[in-house]
Amino acid sequence: MSILNANALRPKGRSRKKTWQSLFLGLAFISPWIIGFLSLVLYPFGASLYFSFTSYNILSEPQWIGLQNYQTLFADPRWVTSIKNTMYYVLVCVPVGVVLAVALAMVYHQRMPGRNLMRTLMYVPLIVPPVATGILWLWMFKPIGGLFNTVLAWCGIQGPTWLGDPDWAKISLVMIAQWAVGGNVLLLLASLADVPKQLYEAAEIDGATLWHRFWHITLPMISPVVLFITITGLIGAFQAFTEAFIVSGGQGGPADSTLFASLYIYQKAFRDFDMGYASALSWVLFLGILAFTGLTFRLSRKWVVYDRS
Amino acid sequence: MIAAKGRPSHTQSTAPVNKRRAAGTVLAFLVASLITLSFAVPLYWMLITSVKGDTEVFLTPPTLYPHAVVWENYTKALTNIPFFEYLRNTLVYAIFSSIGSSLSSALVAYGFAKIRWVGREWVFNILLGTMLLPGVVTMIPTYLIFRDLGWTGTLLPLIVPAFFGGAYYIFLMRQFIQTMPDELAEAARIDGCSEFGIFRRIILPLIQPALAVVFLQQFLLAFKDFLGPLIYLNDPSQYTLSLGLQQFQGANGQEWGPLMACATIFTVPLFVLFFFTQRYFVEGVTFSGIKG
Repeated sequence: MSILNANALRPKGRSRKKTWQSLFLGLAFISPWIIGFLSLVLYPFGASLYFSFTSYNILSEPQWIGLQNYQTLFADPRWVTSIKNTMYYVLVCVPVGVVLAVALAMVYHQRMPGRNLMRTLMYVPLIVPPVATGILWLWMFKPIGGLFNTVLAWCGIQGPTWLGDPDWAKISLVMIAQWAVGGNVLLLLASLADVPKQLYEAAEIDGATLWHRFWHITLPMISPVVLFITITGLIGAFQAFTEAFIVSGGQGGPADSTLFASLYIYQKAFRDFDMGYASALSWVLFLGILAFTGLTFRLSRKWVVYDRS
Repeated sequence: MIAAKGRPSHTQSTAPVNKRRAAGTVLAFLVASLITLSFAVPLYWMLITSVKGDTEVFLTPPTLYPHAVVWENYTKALTNIPFFEYLRNTLVYAIFSSIGSSLSSALVAYGFAKIRWVGREWVFNILLGTMLLPGVVTMIPTYLIFRDLGWTGTLLPLIVPAFFGGAYYIFLMRQFIQTMPDELAEAARIDGCSEFGIFRRIILPLIQPALAVVFLQQFLLAFKDFLGPLIYLNDPSQYTLSLGLQQFQGANGQEWGPLMACATIFTVPLFVLFFFTQRYFVEGVTFSGIKG
C-alpha cells in the first residue's frame, strides 16, 4: 500500500523508476540484517510458539499435544518456584539498581579531584567476565573466612551463610548484580552533563533547596534515561542466568532458591531435552516480560519528561 | 585524599559561599572515594587470593594482604586446564564476531541513514523493536537450526549471527552516519561512483570511531559470553575461557587460590584492552544519543 501511495505522489515515470531503484538499493544494503531477522528472529519466534504446543524430545519429530504443556506448567512446582524467584529478583533488583545508579551518578557528577579516575574504576566491574564474577563472589560470600562475614564479625555481627542459605541466596545475587551498576551510572552521567545550567541558577535565585532542585529539575531532565535503564534492567533481570548458574553449579540451589525462570528453561531444554515444554515456559516468561515492559512504558507517561526546552 | 582535605584552608579567606562550596567538594570527594573503593575491593580480593598459598587461603579470619606471595597458583591455573587452547577459541570467537558485527552493522546502518527508500522508517522501527525481544524465546529454535546445520560443537553458531549485524550496533552506527554531511556522498555520486563505492571509499574511512566502538563492545561481549558457549559447545577442545573456568570450578571447587588465579588471567586481557580504549566506551554512550 505504502509503495503505491508513494508512487502516486511522484508524477513522472523517471522518478517512479528512481523510487524502485532506491528501494532496491536500500534493501540491498540492509540485506544482512533482513537475513538475520528472518532466520534468527522471526522464524525462531514462530517456531518456539509452535513447539510450545508439542511434545518434542529432539530425537523424534515434534508431536502436537495442544495446550497440554501450558496445563502442566501451572502444576509444576519447580516452575512455580522459579517464577516466584524471578519475580522477587526483578522487583528487588530493578528498583534498587535504578535508585543506586541515580544516587551514584549524583555523587560522581560533583566536581572533585580525581573524578575521571573514580568514574573509570566504578565502571571496571563490568569488564570482569560474569563467570569470574560469580566465582569471585562465591569466594567473598564464604560463610567462614569469607570477606563479608569477616567484616561483619568486626562489627560483632554473626553473618548469614549467604549463598548457602535459601533465605539469603537471592539477596546475595541482588548484591552481585549491583556491582555492575557502573554502566547505568555512565549513561546517567552523560545525561546529567546535558542539563542546562541556567535552570539551576534560576532555581537558586528562587531559593530552592538542594532536594527541590534534584526533584524538580534534575530528575525530570534525566527521566528518559531513567526509563531506559529501567526497561533494559527489567528485560535483563527477567532473564538473569549466568551468575545464578555459577553460584549454584547450574542447579539453582540451595533448595531451588536461585532457580530463576531462565535457568529452569535451560535445564528443561538442554539437560532434559524437553524442547516442547521448555518452549512453552519461554513463552510464559516472554508474556511476563511483555506485560511488565508494557506497564512500565504506560506508567512512564506520567513521569518521563521528553521536552527539554 | 590529603590534597583534598587541605582544600578548605586555602579558601578560608574567601566569601562564605565559596567556603560552603569547598566543603561540599570535600564531602563529595570523600563519599565518592569510599564508594569507588568498595567497587574495587572484590578485585583486590581476587588478586590477593590468587597469590596466597594453600594454607593461607583458608586462614580464619582471612589475611588482608598475602603474607607470602605464591605464584604456584598461576602455574596450576595454566596447566590444570588447557588454558591456551581455551584462550585461542575465545579469541577466535571474539575477533571474528567483532569483525562481522562492525562491518555488517555499518553496511546496514548506511542503508538506513543515507539511502531514502519507501518503508525505511517502518523497517527501522521493527529493528528497534527487536532490541526489546528477550533472547530466551528464540533460544530453543535457534539451537535447533544450528544443530540441523551440523554446527553445534563448533564456534560457528556463535560467530555467524554476528555477520547479520546487531540491532543495537546498527542503531548506534546509524546515529553516527547521520552526522556525516550529505555533500560528500553527493559529489561522489555525480562523479559516477556506485552507492557501494561511496560506502566503502568515503563513509567507511570516516566512521572509524563508530566501527571501533562496535568492534570493542562486541569483542568484550563475546570474550565474556557464557550462555552461548554453554549451549553450543560440547567438546572440551572447543571450550572458551568462560566454559573452561566454570568446568575448572566445578571440578576443583575448593581450590580458591588457583581458581582466583584463573579468574585473574581471564580478566586481565580485558582490563588492558579497556584501559587503552576507554574513550570508545564513553563514545558509545554519546553516539547512542540516549543522553536524554
